[in-house]
Amino acid sequence: MTSDNDRRRGLLARLRGRPVARSRGRRRLGAAVRLAAALMLAGGAYTVFAPGVQAQDNPPLSAAANEGKALFDVSCVTCHGRNAQGVEGRGPSLIGVGSASVEFQVSSGRMPMARQEAQAMRKPPQFTDEQVRQLGQYIQELGGGPQVPQGNNLHENADMAAGGELFRINCSQCHAFGGGGGALSSGKYAPSLRPASDRQIYAAMLSGPQNMPVFGDNQITPEQKADIIAYIQETLKHDQDQGGFNLGRYGPSTEGLAIFLVGIVALVFTSLWIAGKS
Amino acid sequence: MKRRKFDAAALPAKTAGALDDRFQAATPLRKLLNKVFPDHWSFLLGEIALFSFIVLLLTGVFLTFFFEPAMTEVVYDGSYAPLRGTPMSAAYASSLDLSFDVRGGLIMRQMHHWAALLFMASIVVHMLRVFFTGAFRKPRETNWIIGSLLFWVGFLAGFTGYSLPDDGLSGTGLRIASGIILSIPVIGSWVSSSIFGGEFPGTIIISRFFIAHVLLIPGLLVALISVHLGLVFKQKHTQWPGPGRTNENVVGERMFPRYALKQGGFFMVVFGVIALMGGLFQINPIWYFGPYEAWVVSAASQPDWYVMFLDGSTRLMPAWEISIPLGDGYVIPPLFWPTVVLPGILVGLSTMYPFLEARRLKDYKHHNLLQRPRDAPARTAVGAMAVSFYVVLTLSGGNDVIADKFHISLNAMTWAGRIGLLVVPPLAYYVAYRLCLGLQQHDREVLAHGVETGIIKRLPDGRFVEVHQPLTPTDGHDGHGPALDYVGWVVPKKMNRLGALGPAIRGFFYPIEKPAEAPVSPGHPPVEPRPEREEIGSGERR
Repeated sequence: MTSDNDRRRGLLARLRGRPVARSRGRRRLGAAVRLAAALMLAGGAYTVFAPGVQAQDNPPLSAAANEGKALFDVSCVTCHGRNAQGVEGRGPSLIGVGSASVEFQVSSGRMPMARQEAQAMRKPPQFTDEQVRQLGQYIQELGGGPQVPQGNNLHENADMAAGGELFRINCSQCHAFGGGGGALSSGKYAPSLRPASDRQIYAAMLSGPQNMPVFGDNQITPEQKADIIAYIQETLKHDQDQGGFNLGRYGPSTEGLAIFLVGIVALVFTSLWIAGKS
Repeated sequence: MKRRKFDAAALPAKTAGALDDRFQAATPLRKLLNKVFPDHWSFLLGEIALFSFIVLLLTGVFLTFFFEPAMTEVVYDGSYAPLRGTPMSAAYASSLDLSFDVRGGLIMRQMHHWAALLFMASIVVHMLRVFFTGAFRKPRETNWIIGSLLFWVGFLAGFTGYSLPDDGLSGTGLRIASGIILSIPVIGSWVSSSIFGGEFPGTIIISRFFIAHVLLIPGLLVALISVHLGLVFKQKHTQWPGPGRTNENVVGERMFPRYALKQGGFFMVVFGVIALMGGLFQINPIWYFGPYEAWVVSAASQPDWYVMFLDGSTRLMPAWEISIPLGDGYVIPPLFWPTVVLPGILVGLSTMYPFLEARRLKDYKHHNLLQRPRDAPARTAVGAMAVSFYVVLTLSGGNDVIADKFHISLNAMTWAGRIGLLVVPPLAYYVAYRLCLGLQQHDREVLAHGVETGIIKRLPDGRFVEVHQPLTPTDGHDGHGPALDYVGWVVPKKMNRLGALGPAIRGFFYPIEKPAEAPVSPGHPPVEPRPEREEIGSGERR
């Protein structure tokens, strides 16, 4: 605005510098033309330099994101709002959460939520992998944020032993030593890691869904994340339990239950049998 | 030279004679072998504890051959890949080697652990039998006290045992134990630093626990068990009241051969159950917990079941801190009450119970006959109260697992435990008491009026009555015989207990009751042929 004010003043000064005698009518006509030209110039300059109204819609969405937006507008808009800005009391804003968060929540079936409760539960997913990618692309292009690297196997050549140590330090407090999950306060919980895929575990660490803290790349480097995933997938999930039936890996609670339900029950029946033989 | 004839049949007698010549063993041995034990299934529960203790000794000796009780740091290089290259204590490394590299080591470790759980469980079940039947009464109070002490010494044995592998779980338990010791006013910090040799965890605790676990505590257990069994021998076994059984005799089977054979068989079964559990069910997978590090605490870190009630009481205890304005201020942490005071009260109450009851009932006589739980309603109700108190605490000790797996809020579980701890025991007392009275009343009713037959008779005036089968022959007046006295034993309450269905054929794989010509042992009268069945009707002939 200021810049074209300056320019206008300069123009007027130049015109005043060469006074030419003209008729009154022509002078008036010239003034009118100059005024119109100045207005047009100012208006045009404003249009060029100032942010326009349409500029908000301007960054064009990719094809995938457009597909994602269509899905979003059907399945997510109720709680997350028309432009993913969130709805008070229903759902948080998705600006800046990135595709990692979308991928974790939607591919594990947690989103769309069945109802508002302490925590979204894992369910059979509502969308195909392709649709999840499209939704993630839309949210990514909308607000940016963390992304999961490409590929389905994210733990190739990773160090399982290092991962185990990191797992015990960072994860076992909530997900328990065997990855079976555990309770948090007020109905919240750390879910079991058994059904989780490489990408979901990676996405969870990056985005910190629900009650989980974010483990950003500056806290746990991508290599360490791969180590942790290797430990979960190769040791906790694919490892056979060396000692036999693992009793759900709930620790001493189920072991205590087992000694009464199996040991004591078997031996009480034995003693009934023995005493009955007299 | 005349070759002497070797008589194999005379060999045992000759050997025994030769031994008796030298050791004069026959007289005491005959007394021992002829000792009579009463026969009831509930008398075998204590044996489970004894036999699992033997399994504990056997498997424990095996484990000591390979376990290294040291906290020196080593780098694991065994066959369990996910821990290879991890620095850990020698104790943990040798436990891992025991599990993965020693042949048969894992099943031995698991058998040892299951046997420990079974030992404690059977102690508790045996204790419940003794309590609810009044077997602890004079003259057996001492044995009751020894039995209670066996539970607490077993508790220590278990705790020192599962602290030895030095994995994440046992280290967490040790940390809690050190916190409990520290919470004791005045002496806490002194006791803690003398046990741990300085600050927790120090470098000595595993060696100390090891010697306590393999020498001191088992020695104490062996001593207590010996006195326990010796007293049972000396004071003789209690028995249920019944025909021919009085306060002065013991009716049952002789020690040899039947009782000894049965016990030998029972030992094999206990051993078998422990071996099966050790082979089939994984217990304490130390390799998942990793080496103990102060910053590693897994979710669902619970103690073994017999310690869980202390964990529960800690979880339920509100955070009430008592500050005493003394000097710079002295604080009694809330942990002190549920973990030091509560077990102290429990030990005192449980060991002193026989004397409390005798004092309350002013009953100082000898009791060798048991009481059915229903006949001592107050005791049964107190027992129900104690059991429910313990169960609420134990469940609260695992309340995070229950909350997680049954989708209940953990806060709700905690509050349910707090309220339940106060409400459930009195409720259990009331319900148990009423049940006892109801069962007593039913016994008396059956004795007076007979067994319900399930036959409904319509009277001429249109009323319906159920026909009862009297237990004694009727004397013709009102269909009732002479009233029977209650003798403290089972009253038949179903018609087939009175022979309405004829005796059931007994036997596990094939009938043990053969026709009369079958050979029978001299101790048993020949089996009578089955009496003709006759229908028991309403007693009226048409």
